[in-house]
Amino acid sequence: MPNRVLTGTRARNRRLDLGLRQAHVAKVVGISGSYLNLIEHNRRRIAGKLLTDLAQVLQIDAALLSDNTTDAILLPIKEAAAAFPEATVEDARAEELVSRFPGWAALVAAQRRRIAQLEERTEALSNRLAHDSQIANSLHEVISTATAIRSTASILAETPDLDREWQARFHTNIDTDSARLAQSSQALLGFLDMEMEAGDTQTVSAMEQVEARLAESAFYFSGIDAGEEIRFDDVGDPVARVILQDWASLARKDAERLPLGAFSQAAHTLAHDPARLAARFGVPLDMIFRRLAHMPTDRDHPLMGLAVCDAAGVVTFQKPVLDFRLPRSGAACPLWPLFQALTQPGRAIRRVVRLPGAAHTPFECFAVATPVGGVSFSNEPRVTATMLVRPAKNEDVPDVVGPGCRVCTVKECASRRHPSLV
Amino acid sequence: MGQRVLLIEDEPNIIEAISYILSKDGWTVHTHSDGETAMDKVMQSVPDLIILDVMLPGRSGYDILRDLKAQETTANVPVMMLTARGQAKDREMAIGLGATRFMTKPFSNADVLESVRALATP
Repeated sequence: MPNRVLTGTRARNRRLDLGLRQAHVAKVVGISGSYLNLIEHNRRRIAGKLLTDLAQVLQIDAALLSDNTTDAILLPIKEAAAAFPEATVEDARAEELVSRFPGWAALVAAQRRRIAQLEERTEALSNRLAHDSQIANSLHEVISTATAIRSTASILAETPDLDREWQARFHTNIDTDSARLAQSSQALLGFLDMEMEAGDTQTVSAMEQVEARLAESAFYFSGIDAGEEIRFDDVGDPVARVILQDWASLARKDAERLPLGAFSQAAHTLAHDPARLAARFGVPLDMIFRRLAHMPTDRDHPLMGLAVCDAAGVVTFQKPVLDFRLPRSGAACPLWPLFQALTQPGRAIRRVVRLPGAAHTPFECFAVATPVGGVSFSNEPRVTATMLVRPAKNEDVPDVVGPGCRVCTVKECASRRHPSLV
Repeated sequence: MGQRVLLIEDEPNIIEAISYILSKDGWTVHTHSDGETAMDKVMQSVPDLIILDVMLPGRSGYDILRDLKAQETTANVPVMMLTARGQAKDREMAIGLGATRFMTKPFSNADVLESVRALATP
């Protein structure tokens, strides 16, 4: 049993380092020299008062002398060594390090744990950046503009016989692109700042965990359509778990009212028109929005996203689609139909929108705000808005909605809350 | 008339620059900038080579590539993918779907020309 081996060895090494005689130590802690000898040779276990007394004589923290140190200190030290295989360490003497220099060993172990925490955090931030569509769009814009400038500049530099008309044209292109590059670089910085601010307060929010978990199943669980109860007991974050359970419960109710087979067929027949589907099944529009956004991927339905917010405009659920994703941090643009629906509950809104700048896809948005639960004279109604989002047909002329004021390029916007950084 | 290349890309100034260098090299260049209607454009007149951007309005270049490889008339047309993302997984995805070559932005004109010439060689 390695733990037992360590404790005795640690005590012996420590005593020898301090230059103390075995008989002296034994006398101070009230045991015989021969018993201490057995302990030091790992033939007797020690704990409780004897461990505390021995640690005191040896001027060491009892925790560092105890068997538990193996897990608490030795393992991180071995992990630290494994993380740097190029470093030449005395692998076989790790236990000796712990026993002879417990303070230093504890420091190495603590640093290893700190490094592991920082690595986890870096990975989480990296994931945030990699999966944020606004940052991806912004980065794409920067790189595409740089590509255009590079290609155009090369033509100008490498084609001495370029005629005047082409020269003028390419010069204009470079001028336009360099202005765009400056603008898109600032936008990118703005997005990164927003993400970093969000990362300072919480590495991965409950909403992100919910999104990530549902995305693993493409926001669809066949069990729900089979009438099964879906559990998320394995989700560690209690807030994320509650959101997921609420989502599953609502999805099950939706599935009961809108059975998969009949709804799927009707959706195709009625060209996925939410209003006609609501009339066909006699259900509220928001239920149709949710059902359309949570269809299995093998039934040839168009890609659809969903966003839900409460009366304060806080986004409580979203299923991203293509470039569409409301900001995780900071307030979203109030021009999204989702928020406009809140101003007039019960009014169905359809609008085609697109994001400014780098994002290309126009989106057809359907939104409605409805009271949730019962309505009474004594309580304020709880209102939520739901918005279905899907790529729009090209013939629609989209309105521009921003990702958020800080990084929005739209000028003369009556809804602007902050000056743009770009 | 030289061999026909179809450039599917939505950045107008990249379109202009690539069109210029390829035309100067003897290629007949057609362009298209919308993802959703890209397949219609291809099917109107199947080119000898396709240069296909990944991020396009309406439809991803990967989806278009998938369709190109699924159609008998276009399955053997060499496709060079252009992307701003140069991660290994992006490259693997493009090659896995049947792309002949994968080029990361920003690229040099010389790289584009060299790749196009290599793909055109029977």
